[in-house]
Amino acid sequence: MAIIPNAPDSGSILTAHEVAPDAETLISVNNVSMIFNIASEQLNSLKEYFIALVRRNLFFKEFRALDDVSFTVKRGEAFGLVGTNGSGKSTMLKCIAGVLEPSEGSVTVKGTIAPLIELGAGFDMDLTARENIYLNGALLGYKKAFIDEHYEEIIDFAELRDFQDMPLKNYSSGMVARIAFAIATITEPDILIVDETLSVGDFLFQQKCERRIQELVESNNVTVLLVSHSIDLVERICTRVAWIEKGELRMVGPTREVCDAYKALGA
Amino acid sequence: MATTEEQRLTYQQATWNTGAKRDIAVLQELVRKDFKLKYRRSVLGIVWSVLNPLLMMLVMAVVFTHFMRGADMPANVYPVYLIIGNITFGLMSSATSDGMWSIINAAPLLKKVRVNRLVFPVEKVLFAVVNFALSLIAVALVMLVCQVPLGWQAIFLVPFLVYFLVFCIGLSLLLATLAVFFRDVIHLWGVVTTAWMYATPIFYTLDLLPATLQGLMKWNPLYQYVDYFRTCVLYQQVPSLEANVMCVLMAVVMLAIGLLVFRKNEHKFILFI
Repeated sequence: MAIIPNAPDSGSILTAHEVAPDAETLISVNNVSMIFNIASEQLNSLKEYFIALVRRNLFFKEFRALDDVSFTVKRGEAFGLVGTNGSGKSTMLKCIAGVLEPSEGSVTVKGTIAPLIELGAGFDMDLTARENIYLNGALLGYKKAFIDEHYEEIIDFAELRDFQDMPLKNYSSGMVARIAFAIATITEPDILIVDETLSVGDFLFQQKCERRIQELVESNNVTVLLVSHSIDLVERICTRVAWIEKGELRMVGPTREVCDAYKALGA
Repeated sequence: MATTEEQRLTYQQATWNTGAKRDIAVLQELVRKDFKLKYRRSVLGIVWSVLNPLLMMLVMAVVFTHFMRGADMPANVYPVYLIIGNITFGLMSSATSDGMWSIINAAPLLKKVRVNRLVFPVEKVLFAVVNFALSLIAVALVMLVCQVPLGWQAIFLVPFLVYFLVFCIGLSLLLATLAVFFRDVIHLWGVVTTAWMYATPIFYTLDLLPATLQGLMKWNPLYQYVDYFRTCVLYQQVPSLEANVMCVLMAVVMLAIGLLVFRKNEHKFILFI
């Protein structure tokens, strides 16, 4: 299958990395609903459980984090998710990342995923940066030989050469984020999931991260899925955007259209 | 700039582990991590894995030698008898208590990356086995000092380890699952472990028990495993067919229960951790 890089229509910035219409579909979200039982999530002991069992009716409280959401994302697209706090964006990302199973509907994902959700979540603070790179790499599914080969590159990108053998507990949160970002983006995954991760780190590193994401988008091989409260960032990077509000899909379409409608909320 | 499907595939193959290979790589890294962290900042480091069972055995030998006077056992056999019971029980107890926490402790990761959740409890058991292997050095030392010869029958340690590993994995999977939904299990398990230790002939011998209890003892899996180990190493005998059948049966049943409970509930873990 051929992928046409940079469509000839260069009049608009937004179409700069438009994907070919015949690009394969990597993510398809079909009528996904996610229902949480708010009551049962607080049952952490046997006693509470039995009480709840006896008084079952009193304890069932349903919360729909996602309600019948459907969309598809193709290879090479930069797809944004916007919405106000608690609207279900992160729940959607978790369903796509495969860590959460939807209550109804289905999510089909093809290819490898590199998640950038809560940077440094898989790190062990007692290990050094070097040890964490290998551990996290294995958890993300990288081959050891691949990490060996790209180790220097990761350290250079994170700009932490002098601290590579220091335990992570002595790092600042920004430094931890640098390492995490460097590991996750060293590959060219099929799908890169980015959730609010650029907000940590100084402005120089934020710019660097954004450039790296742009590079991946422009390679046309990587599908980037971005969740951010920074509407500017979404507008700069994404080609298409879905707006989720209170668990429902309000709009899905070209970035400008959806973002304008979303921004009208505050007007 | 345009990449062909073929190039992409080659790239993917060079970069990513898939399926079982991925799980094995994760297991390796996690065991390595646990091992490094266990001995970081300790002067003697790995020597503790040998020293610890030795010291434990000494303490118990001092305390219980008097108590054991009624038993029919030569004085030089008792320390070996003790240390075998101790490290076997210790393997089960550390594998299960760490395994029980494994899913809860992996929460930040499980919420973020799709990994085979099974690797976390299994890794804790493997880590306990690594420590167990090191404490075998302590057993060898005690045998040397007590002049207990090592027979060829010690080769049966290999099936022993396989059976016991499977048993511990099953039990850890069960406990890890229960602990996610009911944290009470964590508190309860400490009590159960202590009770189980006293219910198993670790520092006493079976013949000190009343006849009825002796009859029941064969249903205690820990007794079966400890006895298997002692038979092939301490008594230099080939474990009977019955002992093998019992050990395999208990391991398989435990694994089946653990796997079933784990697999049935693992998709709900993320909501409770």
